Amino acid sequence: MSLKRIDLLICCGSGCVSAGSLKIKERFHEVLQEKNLANEINIIETGCMGPCDYGPVMVIYPEGTFYKKVSPDDVEEIVNEHFIKGRPVARLMLQDDEENTFNTQREVPFYQKQVKVALANCGYIDPESMDEYIATGGYEALGTVLTTMTPQDTIDVIKKSGLRGRGGGGFPTHIKWQMVHDNKSDEKYVICNGDEGDPGAFMDRSLLEGDPHRILEGMMIAAYAIGASNGFFYIRAEYPLAIKRIKLAIEQAKEAGLMGKNVFGSNFCFDAEVRTGAGAFVCGEEMALIHSIEGSRGNPTPKPPYPAVQGLWGKPTIVNNVETIGNIPTIFLKGADWFASMGTETSKGTKVFALTGDIKNTGLVEVPMGITLRELIFDVGGGMTGGHKFKAVQLGGPSGGCLTVEHLDVAVDYETLKERGAMMGSGGVIVMNDKNCMVNIAKFFMDFCVDESCGKCSPCRIGLKQMLDILERITSGKGKEGDVEELQRLGEAVSKLSLCGLGQSAPNPVLSTIRYFREEYEAHIRDKSCATKVCLDLMHFDIDKDRCIGCSLCARKCPVTCITGSREDKYTIHQLDCVKCGNCQDVCPVKAVSRIPGMHPEVTAKREAEAKIANHHDD
Amino acid sequence: MKTLADLKKIREKAQEEMKLRGGNVRIKIVVGMGTSGIAMGAREVMKTFLEEIANRNLTDVLVTQTGEKGLSSMEPVVDLIEEGKPKVTYGNMTPDKVKKVVVEHIVNGRTVSDYVVATGN
Ligand SMILES: Cc1cc2nc3c(=O)[nH]c(=O)nc-3n(C[C@H](O)[C@H](O)[C@H](O)COP(=O)(O)O)c2cc1C
Repeated sequence: MSLKRIDLLICCGSGCVSAGSLKIKERFHEVLQEKNLANEINIIETGCMGPCDYGPVMVIYPEGTFYKKVSPDDVEEIVNEHFIKGRPVARLMLQDDEENTFNTQREVPFYQKQVKVALANCGYIDPESMDEYIATGGYEALGTVLTTMTPQDTIDVIKKSGLRGRGGGGFPTHIKWQMVHDNKSDEKYVICNGDEGDPGAFMDRSLLEGDPHRILEGMMIAAYAIGASNGFFYIRAEYPLAIKRIKLAIEQAKEAGLMGKNVFGSNFCFDAEVRTGAGAFVCGEEMALIHSIEGSRGNPTPKPPYPAVQGLWGKPTIVNNVETIGNIPTIFLKGADWFASMGTETSKGTKVFALTGDIKNTGLVEVPMGITLRELIFDVGGGMTGGHKFKAVQLGGPSGGCLTVEHLDVAVDYETLKERGAMMGSGGVIVMNDKNCMVNIAKFFMDFCVDESCGKCSPCRIGLKQMLDILERITSGKGKEGDVEELQRLGEAVSKLSLCGLGQSAPNPVLSTIRYFREEYEAHIRDKSCATKVCLDLMHFDIDKDRCIGCSLCARKCPVTCITGSREDKYTIHQLDCVKCGNCQDVCPVKAVSRIPGMHPEVTAKREAEAKIANHHDD
Repeated sequence: MKTLADLKKIREKAQEEMKLRGGNVRIKIVVGMGTSGIAMGAREVMKTFLEEIANRNLTDVLVTQTGEKGLSSMEPVVDLIEEGKPKVTYGNMTPDKVKKVVVEHIVNGRTVSDYVVATGN
């Protein structure tokens, strides 16, 4: 029995690690050694606690004190004041704009509307300790299922819970399981999809890193239900910590007899291994993923046959997302009815989101299905930064769509989002303020999809490239009448004709931004103007002569020497040569340089003249 | 591990190890660790509590600390807080007194009235 009186939980999720939490941990070890307190204080490295913006964060029990933005220099004070004298360090606590201080983690507004199911232990336990997982009820669900339920009973519980896939598609989990269960075969497989390729998403990574045993237990329950005795974790190589932790969990479970032969004295035998992916977005698509595990090139193949019929090595296989699997143990512990009591008619339970973009509380959150976008963005996310206005939110990453102010009261639910042209997706949420150009955003995602297209089917390989060319044309001021219609026509064709979900969904960001921000596309094409001044060809810099003091700093810093003038005449930008680097604006001591929407008339005239000559040559 | 009963055993032990993070705590011991408390030996008092509790394997007792308690003439000062009972404050504590409080109050449930300096909130 230990003499410990304090549990110090240091968040070592990816956000806090990059903000320096490992250095802080080292510093605590040093200081506690020095002061001879090491045997009274437990230092625990946890998975992601969620509020990445405040990182590095930590929670100190028994009080549950929450510290944010801690630096190695704060460690000594925390030890002296909090650990020795029992006086929490107020300046490291979270404060809101009204200067209310939040002493404990429980009080922090960021957590108020969250309900943690899949993330219940993430940031609360030591992910490398199987005992801590067991302390929270771990492996109880597996034991109960194996000793008291048939595989069919198990599937029925999942059916009753209403669980649907969290990997993007929202397919009812029990249907897949039932299909594989009903397919007689000497060998079946369960695959956990931890590829997570959406830019900005880190839900599955956090779960794998923060609570690996939960995913392992969920996988075993799935395996039992469908009659599989082998499982694969497919995790991208960019997630080395997730890979290490899952491997460790497998090792610990085997050692404890929770994996292997006759688990809990039943007939169920199970083994699992990790396969690493090289980080291609398309390898998250289940058929491509299966081929990648088989050792072939990660290309999708036509469905049917579905993996449930002919999956890994031709055997019936279920592919489930990390978060889907993470919900399973809790569904058995707390009951299907409990799970189904959360959410909406068609979308039950909770959803994990990675909140990013122009909001205050970026980070990892888990909220009940059916929460409105307004609550998600303004209550959990804390609203917009810097007093800017909300403009749009992109759900579902490169496969998803943009929603606007008019959708803020829409419930987060698979069907509702789809009707509005967005999708639940795997959980990436990018919130944008009014400084974002929607055409440029659409171009960003299209660029990503063009890069990630595997090239196997022509609609996706060629069609997406065509769309990208048009978007580049529009954002560089060369857009033509009819471009929007052409984008829509191409987008619909690519959606219909592509072989896999990548091509089928890649036009979504373009189509949804045209649907809700058509006037922005039109301003780019007709007026040659980008109101947000993001598209460099569709804006220009200008010097206000009344403000200019003639100091010549801008002229000296201009890399293309396109600014001339004198103290008397003030300075002028020669628009035809300007490369829009923005140096002049950065260095101006009196803020005389500003960005103006729209192509400069001189540039427009020059381009028109060039176009005429080009046409003439064509004739 | 072969049965749910085996798992339960491991769970109970593991919960024990995690008791600081919530869970079932019967008695909370709060040691006043302000400057004067420390000067009067509060650290020794706290250490003795931790040792006694560990030696006796008292799994539902938690030791924590607080700052100045405004009873500086009676330092070191310790509160014993029990769910559903008025708080008991002991003053002028020493390691020997701690041992007695652990046996009498925490194990046998009898307040050591000689050392009490205040009760209630
Ligand atoms: C291009 C593409 C990428 C995908 N990436 C992922 C991924 O990273 N993780 C994931 O779980 N599912 C991904 N999916 C969905 C999978 O194909 C599959 O539907 C999912 O893993 C099924 O699990 P679920 O039913 O639990 O959601 C992707 C699909 C496509 C078309």
